[in-house]
Parts: sequence; structure tokens; C-alpha cells
Amino acid sequence: MWDYTPIVKDHFLNPRNVGDIPDADAVGEVGSLACGDALKLYLKLDADKDRIVDAKFQTFGCASAIASSSALTEMVKGKNLDEALAISNQDIADFLGGLPEEKMHCSVMGQEALEVAIFKYRGMDIPAHDSEHDHGHAYPDYEGEIVCKCFGITDTFLKKVIETNSLTTAEQVTNFTKAGGACGGCIPKIKELIAQVLGEAAAKPRTRPEKLSNMKKMQLIQEVLERDVRPLLWADGGDLELIDIDGSRVQVAFRKACAGCASSGNTARMVEIKLRDLVAEDIVVEEVSA
Amino acid sequence: MKEIYLDNNATTKVDEAVFEEMRPYFCELYGNPSSMHFFGGQVQSKVNEARNRVADLLGASPDEIIFTACGTESDNAAIRSALDVFPDRRHVITSRVEHPAVLTQCRNLRQKGYRVTEIGVDGAGRLDMEELKGAVDDDTAIVSLMWANNETGVIFPVEEAAGIAKAKGALFHSDAVQAIGKIPINMAASGIDMLSLSGHKLHAPKGIGVLYLRKGTPFRPLLVGGHQEKSRRAGTENAAAIIALGKACELAGLHMVAENTTVKAQRDLLQDTLMRAIPHARINGGGAERLPNTTSIAFEYVEGEAILLLLSEFGICASSGSACTSGSLEPSHVLRAMGVPFTCAHGSIRFSLSRYTTDAEIDTVIRELPPIIARLRLMSPFGREHLQGQK
Repeated sequence: MWDYTPIVKDHFLNPRNVGDIPDADAVGEVGSLACGDALKLYLKLDADKDRIVDAKFQTFGCASAIASSSALTEMVKGKNLDEALAISNQDIADFLGGLPEEKMHCSVMGQEALEVAIFKYRGMDIPAHDSEHDHGHAYPDYEGEIVCKCFGITDTFLKKVIETNSLTTAEQVTNFTKAGGACGGCIPKIKELIAQVLGEAAAKPRTRPEKLSNMKKMQLIQEVLERDVRPLLWADGGDLELIDIDGSRVQVAFRKACAGCASSGNTARMVEIKLRDLVAEDIVVEEVSA
Repeated sequence: MKEIYLDNNATTKVDEAVFEEMRPYFCELYGNPSSMHFFGGQVQSKVNEARNRVADLLGASPDEIIFTACGTESDNAAIRSALDVFPDRRHVITSRVEHPAVLTQCRNLRQKGYRVTEIGVDGAGRLDMEELKGAVDDDTAIVSLMWANNETGVIFPVEEAAGIAKAKGALFHSDAVQAIGKIPINMAASGIDMLSLSGHKLHAPKGIGVLYLRKGTPFRPLLVGGHQEKSRRAGTENAAAIIALGKACELAGLHMVAENTTVKAQRDLLQDTLMRAIPHARINGGGAERLPNTTSIAFEYVEGEAILLLLSEFGICASSGSACTSGSLEPSHVLRAMGVPFTCAHGSIRFSLSRYTTDAEIDTVIRELPPIIARLRLMSPFGREHLQGQK
């Protein structure tokens, strides 16, 4: 049984905003019956055609797909289109208190439908979506070369998801996008894409800022842990939780495979080096058991 | 919330009488059956009694019963043994709908250079016997075909298949984990060389299995070490579980008629009522001969995990061939091999009953499931356009 959070369960059992909006301004549709999940999102805008005043959804899929759709409609209401576009799949997952990693593709589907709806509304060219095609193009707005033939997922889309979620393994890419989850034939290609994205990221020089306010420092520490540290731990089945930041003292607790791991001391050291490289030279990382 | 347990093909409740039978063999009669002293000897005699009881259910001789740790071990042991005793034969035959215990092993053999043929099934899940006849040749070491399918309950003509295998000198193994205790089996009048059984599918505890090995069949053990099980399976006997399995087999024999009358009638009532109440549904394998306790129903335009979790709200425990429940992303290999249309492959639910299933439990499912399907279809973007005219 999946370990769904109470928020996921609530949004699955009591989904908000199910249905359609007959005079919707924007409609976004992704997925298909063949893929195993699909979402049709309807958005209604205010008189200025800028702010989302109503959102409804229809979803075919598992509990987390329904919960992600429900969460998405709650999140976009009241936002203007640019604010809505800034919502990431991680934001949807966070709203739900987290999703099992194997189910992250449900949050990606939500973000995708939102993007398709807004892009279409803005008149950007998107091929018509055929809801019954057999394993066709799951994310119709992403041009590019199809990498995963089973789920119809392109390289452009995969690179975007790899980059935004800092994915480092093919397994994570499968969890987030489903690509590679059926026949597995495209896994070598997915690994190439990860290498490409990592290469591009490495090419962008990231340096330690000159001066940081305490507030900025705390934000940057959190960002580095999310972007640069946790994905590395996930790859080994581990995880960490940020417990506290007190000036330059960063307290973390190791979770999953890292918890009680004999080499967690080394891992703490690795975290410290990363933070010293990217945040501030005087960072000290302490492992706590909380 | 009291559970309504309709997932007996996954695992079963340990029968209270079975538990009582095994209870003394933990804290009191804990001796090693292989020991020379009286204390081990009294366990040995109970293990022998259990072996006789298992043999009775199978119509086998006690010498033909090898206790293992699980069905998976029995399957692995059977296939590995055949390859060891026929080193010159490099071909293995199985079916596309086997349990992973057999299928994964066969696919791994392909990596090691063996030729592996996976026989297909038709839309009702029936084995393609013509394909089997064409596939067996002088190079075939073993043909391994399940007696009954775990997802659909479809029964394969294993005796006929065994005859086809034997005609070319190949060994025949059947994974009978789902069949034993549900339909009568008589190995005395069978051409099958090896057979796998799992205790926890017939109201014995988890962690005990059997490999039936026909007398005279060449065999190489998977586990080597001590002389247990006549050196055919080394490792100290799981005496308490063996004793439990013996009792469970005795009870299975006593309940065999009920399984094929009472349980079957409940299953039929469940599936027939649901089929009448819910449009756009189909029984997977409905056209084939099936186990009396199993029904797998595919509902179009809905997804299985969502159905299961809503059923779970009423305490109803079932399972799904859906991708989302397993963590994999494609619907079950069994449904795909049967060519179940993609409109409903993701929405298949399996109910598997047992002798503990009550009429009231069946009534609850009949009452609660149709509104769940309707609710999910209303939520689905495909629900409305395809379901015009639904009540």
C-alpha cells in the first residue's frame, strides 16, 4: 500500500473542483487512456482576462493523480496567469505534504496540464490532443524527438523535468515522468539526457555569494540542500532533513538508508563541503538524531 | 473497521485449527527433527504425518514431497534442476502469463544463452496449444506452465501439455500454487514431473512451500548442505510450518467440495450482479475454465488503484492488475498477453474468495462497488463521452 499523506488521502476522497467549465477560457489536456492517467484542466479568467477565478478538473488515474489535480485547482485559483505558470510540480507535491517518489509523475502531469492550458490560451501553437491514441504523445506541447516510445515522451520534456527537479538517475526520471517505466528500451537514452543536463548545469559557473544577510543565507542553505544534496542521497536510497539553522551552524538528520549508516559521518562532511562551496565558508554541519 | 477479505489469491488467513496444530512446536516441542534423541524424534514423527497429509491431498506418495520455503523456491528449484540434469538441452518453454517466480527466472536464463519460448494465450487467457506443440523439440529441457493463473483464475490443460513435453523427452513442471486446495489434483494419474505448492495460499502460514517430485525424475537440488529432505533440499526443516501445512492440506481436502459449490456460487453471484449493475465492464478470462474462487473484472475508463482505495474505505480488500498499484507503469503482463483493450486494462479488479467468505460480505461489495465506478467515471475526462446512457 502506498504511504500517502493525509492531505493526499483527503484530496483523493474529497476532491475539490471536479467537473468542467463550459465557457472556460483555457483548457489543458494531457495524458491518455493508454498511458494510464489523463487530466483535463479548465480555467476561467476574470473580466481582465488575467486572474484565474475558477478552475475545474477531470482526471482518469490513480489516487495521487486525482489528489494532484484537486490540489492544482486549489492552488491556481486567485493567481494571475504568470503566477500560475510559476507553479512547479514540486509545489504541487509540497502542497500535498509530499508524494511517494514513484508517484511524482502525477504532480508533473498537473503542472503540464496547467502549462498547456495557459500556452494554448496565449495562442501558442499546440497540436490537437487525441484522447484515444494508443500510447501517443502524452505531453503534446513539447516538440522534440520522442525518447520513450511507450509513453510518447520527448527529449525536450525530459530535459526540462530533469533540470527543474535536479534528477540524477534514470529511475528518478521514470518516477517523475514514467519514461522508461514500460519496456525500458529508452533508459540508456535517458541516462544520456541526464548527463547532458548535468553537463549544462556544470557549465554554468556557480559561486559563493560575496555577502549574505542571515535571511538570504538560510534560504540559500535550504536551496542547496534541495537542489544539490538530497538528489545525491536519493540515488542511494537515503535522505536528509534540515532540522535547524543557527547562524552558520546547520543541523541535519539523516533519513531512510542514511539513517544509522556507518558512513553518515562522511555524508555530513560531504554536505558541509557543498554548503561551504556554494553558501559560506564558515558553515558547520552537525548531525542530530531528531 | 472489519475487513472484507477478498484477496485470497494474494494470501490467506491461517485457519485457527492449523495454528493450533503448529503452536506447540515453537516453545515446547522445539527439537530438531534430524536429532537422534527422543525430543527431536517426536517432531520427526509429526513432520512425517504432515508429509503424508500433503501427499494425500495431491494423490502423491510421501517420498515425492519436498518441503521448501515458498512457491518461488519450488519454481526456481524445478527449473534449475531440469537444466542441470539435461546439460545438453538449451531450450526452456513457459507461458507469457506465468507468475514472476517462473517468468523472471526464464528471462534471466535467456541472458545466459538459453533459448526461451513464451507461449501465448488467447483473449480469454487460454493457452495456445498449437504453439506449444510446435515449440517443444529435442533441445527442450523443461516445459513450465502454471496450473491456474493467479490474476484471472484461468486453468491451463496441464495434463495435455505434460504429454506434449514428455513426447520429446522434456521434463514438465507446473506452478500449481493457485490451484491446490481449490480444484482436485491427483498426481497418481498424472504425467506431470514436478509441481509447486505454497502454504500461505491455502490457509497455512507464509514461509512454507512444497516441490512435488515424481518418483524416478532426475533431480539436482537448489540448496545443498545437510541431508534433510533426502538431500533434495538442505536446511533445517521449518517443522512448525510443515506441521501447519499438513493440517491445512487435510482441511483443504475436506473443504474441496464447498470450494467448488458454496464459494463458486458466491463468486458467480458477485460477478454476475456486478456485470448487470455496471455497464462497460468485462470479465477477464470469462470465456475460459476458471478457478471457482477467482474473478477479474475490467471496468472501462477508470483506474484500478483509485477503485481499490475507495473499496478500502468500506473495508473491502481486493487487488488490481493496474500499473499504479504495483509501482510499475504498465498494466499487468497477464492482461496485456490476453490483449485486454487499453480502455480497461488499467481498471481491472480481482476478487478472490475463500471458504471464509460470507454472503453478507458479497452483498456489501455488490452494494458499494457500482457507485464507486460511477463516481470515478464522472470524474474522468473519458467517462462522459463514452458512457452515454449509463444509469
